[in-house]
Amino acid sequence: MSLIAQATRRRGRGGEGKTFSRGGIHLPEFKEITADKAIEVLPPPKQVFIPLSQHTGAPCKPLVKRGDPVKAGQMIGQSDAFISAPVHASVSGKVNKIAFHAHPLGPRCETVVIDNDGQDDWDDSIDVNAPRGAPDPAKGKEYLEAVKAAGIVGLGGAGFPCHVKLSPPPGKKIDVFLVNGAECEPYLTADYRVMLEWPDEALSGLRATMVILGVKQAIIAIEDNKPKAIEAMRRAVEKEDPAAAALGEVGVVVCKTKYPQGGEKQLISAVLKRTVPSGGLPMDIGVVVQNVATCVAISDAVWRRKPLIERVVTVAGVGVPEPKNLLVRVGTPFRALLDACGYSPAPGSKLIMGGPMMGKAQRDADAPVVKGTSGLVALTPEEVAHRAERACVRCGRCVDACPMGLMPSQLGTLSANDALDGIKRLGIMDCMECGACEYVCPSHRNLVQWIRLGKMKLSKKGS
Amino acid sequence: MTDPNTPSLILSSSPHIRSGKSIESAMYHVLIALLPALAGAVVFFGLDALRVAFWAVGGCLAFEAMCLRMAGKPRVLRTLADGSAILTGVLLAMNLPSSAPWWLVLAGAFVAMVVAKHVFGGLGANPLNPALVARIFLLIAWPARMTHWPAPRFFPATALMNADGVTAATPLGILAAAETPAAGVKALEAQFAIRDLFLGNIGGSLGETSALLLLIGGLFLIGRRIIRWEIPVAYVGTMALLSTIAWAIEPEAAPDPAFHLFAGGLFLGAFFMATDYVTSPMSPPGMLVFGVGCGILTFLIRFFGGYPEGVSFAIVIMNSLVALIDRYVVPRREGLRAKAAPQAPAEG
Repeated sequence: MSLIAQATRRRGRGGEGKTFSRGGIHLPEFKEITADKAIEVLPPPKQVFIPLSQHTGAPCKPLVKRGDPVKAGQMIGQSDAFISAPVHASVSGKVNKIAFHAHPLGPRCETVVIDNDGQDDWDDSIDVNAPRGAPDPAKGKEYLEAVKAAGIVGLGGAGFPCHVKLSPPPGKKIDVFLVNGAECEPYLTADYRVMLEWPDEALSGLRATMVILGVKQAIIAIEDNKPKAIEAMRRAVEKEDPAAAALGEVGVVVCKTKYPQGGEKQLISAVLKRTVPSGGLPMDIGVVVQNVATCVAISDAVWRRKPLIERVVTVAGVGVPEPKNLLVRVGTPFRALLDACGYSPAPGSKLIMGGPMMGKAQRDADAPVVKGTSGLVALTPEEVAHRAERACVRCGRCVDACPMGLMPSQLGTLSANDALDGIKRLGIMDCMECGACEYVCPSHRNLVQWIRLGKMKLSKKGS
Repeated sequence: MTDPNTPSLILSSSPHIRSGKSIESAMYHVLIALLPALAGAVVFFGLDALRVAFWAVGGCLAFEAMCLRMAGKPRVLRTLADGSAILTGVLLAMNLPSSAPWWLVLAGAFVAMVVAKHVFGGLGANPLNPALVARIFLLIAWPARMTHWPAPRFFPATALMNADGVTAATPLGILAAAETPAAGVKALEAQFAIRDLFLGNIGGSLGETSALLLLIGGLFLIGRRIIRWEIPVAYVGTMALLSTIAWAIEPEAAPDPAFHLFAGGLFLGAFFMATDYVTSPMSPPGMLVFGVGCGILTFLIRFFGGYPEGVSFAIVIMNSLVALIDRYVVPRREGLRAKAAPQAPAEG
């Protein structure tokens, strides 16, 4: 039986009810806030702020200087390092300055500030209306170069450079490409809208990726709380151009909604029943995982040479008057997105880039949209009400919730007490900081924060 | 300090939402689960059962308040309301005969809260189950008062009365007191019906009687996911297995295994005492080991030890091993034993 037949084998109908084997929690979804909001284009702002680091790996060096004219899609930052991704101007205009500016992921970062001339004049190499065809199986190398040049990183939030994932070292044999449409974080609906509105584009990127990886099988995994997206993707696969369909089999697999299904290791466990070795990568067991929105970006890069300069961002929250799914240029300040939704954060509220489980709290709305910005979630002061950390009562709920089979309570306590041998022995580096443990903790312990601290202490000691 | 131009947003590490579950909700769930058994105790032993519970809960609250004040901890009232002292009080009452005088109950509350809990740092820090430490202390200090039980209300008046006509020996007490095991079994089977044991119509401490009512509360806790199934199932299962083996080997010298399951404090211990969060392992495999250990120790004490009942000792001994269990019996880490797929030889 083929891998896809196995993965879609009926438990319910069409393989429904699959989920990862260990731990996990059920979260309130809050997706109804924006699920039915079609993707809206947010007009590019007067000024964009393009950080030279929007990815895991080496930051870029600027290729432009103050006063230079730039076109939309022009490369303005690059690095020689393999694990890195170039950055591009997201509007046409003039470089105002290159300076340190607020970054959504933490410390201020070297940023190219561009004054928008309003012309939206695209770089000559880019044809934003070029048709998407059926990929040529012989052109994998060329497609990979296009992905690299387009500066694509994982759009799910981690920001790992895409071309690195798509270049497994020789000897690592990949047999299946897994497309992540789980979107398991509450509030976020950006990927959902992409699957609903751009299923053919996503499928086109999937096909190009199959060619790059040289695989004959691909699976799109979607949680069962998104029936319309499942239907849209299934329909796209059914009516696909035969030339593209001849490249290999594509299956749509439905997973039972559970957090953190969108974690790579959890998705692989749910769909393929394979386990990534501790400390290893999906490619060690023949799998590459990409987010579904990343597939759209790959298609844009391969067929239109269009770099990753815009993306869909969900803006949601109980206190947001007009929540939306916005198509925004990279570098647009968060404030512009919030304004478009009629929202201004009140003192004591929380603004999160990403989902509420793994996203980053923002000190203000000055930071710009980066490639990994999947959403802006606003929590009201009532929702963020801080509760003091209390003593662990050893109830073990964190152990039940942990999808990696760790003991979060022990890791937290040992991290706080500098017991570095202990946290190493207990596998602290396997923790992906999904926050399931902290979510369920009845003592409101800041487990993820303690664990992060422990990891930092450990890596400091190691270096 | 706050910049007037930017609203002060809250910064903290992820995750930014919480389930809203609290220690209180777990504690009060356990209290609710104990209500049927407590009501049963009132039915069988009359208002004396409530009197004991009143002194136990009141004593535990008072000693907890005293310790919190002495340690200078903030928000004493809130901590008192978290339910843990109330729960210890009720569990202590469940371990006492309804005839216990008020001073005995208060002595138990003192040992539970001060010696077993707050000396170690309060909630979450105590290594041994406070109610059980108190019970063991009382058993050693006042053995006579702790091993004489008022007869339950519906107990046949002629069957097992002492000279004073008010105390009934427990089934396990009869077994232990008999000259030979075989004589004990005979006496036991002549005087107790398993049905009475199961329903609780027997002598014993408040919570030692009705296996049925305790089972209802225990299943409620498992159903509401307040406790996991591992400890009770492993504990009761081990006890069932071992007493069945003993009975199969020598039927005259060992009672019907059902006696061992429904008599004494096994169900109270397995569902309510051994599952105490603070003093039991944190991981499911650790819980299994803990439950099996409790079962083996209870069996050994009941069959070979000097005390008729071994549940308290078994649990407290296993409590003291929890740190070791949590160190060596941990969940299987995801991917620890997974192997990378066999790779084709590198090309070029």
